[in-house]
Amino acid sequence: MSTPFLYALVGTGLFALGLFALIIHAHLLRKILALNVMGSGVFMVLVALAKRTGDAPLDAVPHAMVITGIVVAVSATALALTLMLKLNAKSGHAELPDDRRE
Amino acid sequence: MYDAPGRTRRQTINPSDYLSAALLIAGAVFFLAGTLGLLRFPDVYTRLHALTKADNVGLGLMVAGLAVQAESWSVVGKLLLIWWLVLIAGASVAHLIASGALQRGIRMWKP
Amino acid sequence: MTLLTWVFDSLLGLSLLWLAWRALACPDLFKAIVLFVAFGLLMALAWVRLAAPDVALAEAAIGAGLTGALLMAALAKLHPTEAHDDFTVPPEKNVTKVWSWQWLPAVAILLVTTGLGYVVLSLPPYAAGLSTEVAANLAISGASNPVTAVLLNFRGYDTLLEIVVLLLALLGVWSLNSASLDRKAAPGIVLDTLARLLTPIFILVAAYLLWVGAHAPGGAFQAGAVLGAAGVLLLLAGWRPRAGLMALPLRLVLVTGPATFVIVAVLTLLMKGQMLEYPPTQAGVLILILETAATVSIGVTLAALFLGGDPRKNNRNKNQT
Repeated sequence: MSTPFLYALVGTGLFALGLFALIIHAHLLRKILALNVMGSGVFMVLVALAKRTGDAPLDAVPHAMVITGIVVAVSATALALTLMLKLNAKSGHAELPDDRRE
Repeated sequence: MYDAPGRTRRQTINPSDYLSAALLIAGAVFFLAGTLGLLRFPDVYTRLHALTKADNVGLGLMVAGLAVQAESWSVVGKLLLIWWLVLIAGASVAHLIASGALQRGIRMWKP
Repeated sequence: MTLLTWVFDSLLGLSLLWLAWRALACPDLFKAIVLFVAFGLLMALAWVRLAAPDVALAEAAIGAGLTGALLMAALAKLHPTEAHDDFTVPPEKNVTKVWSWQWLPAVAILLVTTGLGYVVLSLPPYAAGLSTEVAANLAISGASNPVTAVLLNFRGYDTLLEIVVLLLALLGVWSLNSASLDRKAAPGIVLDTLARLLTPIFILVAAYLLWVGAHAPGGAFQAGAVLGAAGVLLLLAGWRPRAGLMALPLRLVLVTGPATFVIVAVLTLLMKGQMLEYPPTQAGVLILILETAATVSIGVTLAALFLGGDPRKNNRNKNQT
């Protein structure tokens, strides 16, 4: 298997791991970590598939999109963490009401 | 690791290549020792000791090995700056973790 | 592909999957964040293997560094009193799982992932993508680093919107929380010295990355991330800006990047009839101006996100009471 496809498969694996953790964990910090791992998986698929140009110069468009994506991911993470802290301050729980086990 | 497009690989091996290979391998040995210490030592203080001391020397050897291959003096300067940054950050962070551990009352390991 | 690189790539891929799994499954949240930072650093290594050094720089500075700092700060605020001897919080608080029958989502995700893997493997092994178009227009883009050319010229539109997203996230954080501007207790002479020593170097490195981005890996986002890291370090060392700087000056710096982008977009729309289509002779200068403004705004926005709240609100309340 060539390098681009190896890393693209790792990317899909990361996406799956993140999605699974996002569903089964109740703690919001863990859900935020899971979303970040899912995002990393998507980025990895994009950049890995951009390497399929053979001897021609690399495709720079996915690289630029992933840099954009990394910055957007950190903004979303910061906002999500603030929302989590606010919820924790109001309710005393870092889980959503539906997921809470008394 | 990273194949820059348009750059052709040099085929002949110079004496400087042997020197940098020796330095890089020696650096890797120090990293291995530091990692072993991090995994096997009994408490946070001894682990910090293993990690910072061995890795600083290991990175210094790696920087020396890469500096032998450098194309210009400005590259050597950048490599030395990276080593200096890691040295100062590593020393400071080791101090902060150790003093934090002392404040929390983690006792030192006694054989 | 030689055997050695194949072994290295496989090991790196397996380590990434293992670290991600441990970061998401281990019961201790502190350990999970540390593992996530390690995961980010290995991701940076993977970007280098995929010949994407620009992405590697951004990942190491933002994905691993700043995200890790944000997560750590949030965890510290979440459990302020539960710091235990071994830096952990009681694990039973963190392992509450929603599903007691986890096999159902596991099977569903396994099916979806098998489908995704099949689709990925069925793609053609060679695809030029947009590389020929980028290479053909690189000469008139004003930058010889193709990633910078795409970010600031060909897809300048995306970058404009992205900087606005960053600003919107900060506005969201500010409307939810307020931050104290009281100087924190002396954090110790080591951290203080480190912050004083490193801040000028961070600024120098940011300027270097900004300048070198035109023809080599680097650019506004990496430079902005380094500036943001300098801000985070100063905040950790207990430094707080004067309250007077928090009103208009901070807001002006925050909107410098988006405002410069919008002005250039409007000017190019009026002159060339196309948003962010630069005249080839001035493209280099325009890109440098845009990147400089964006770097400053990105750096300050990231540091303000780490502060985690509106620094003015707290002040206003104090004046009222």
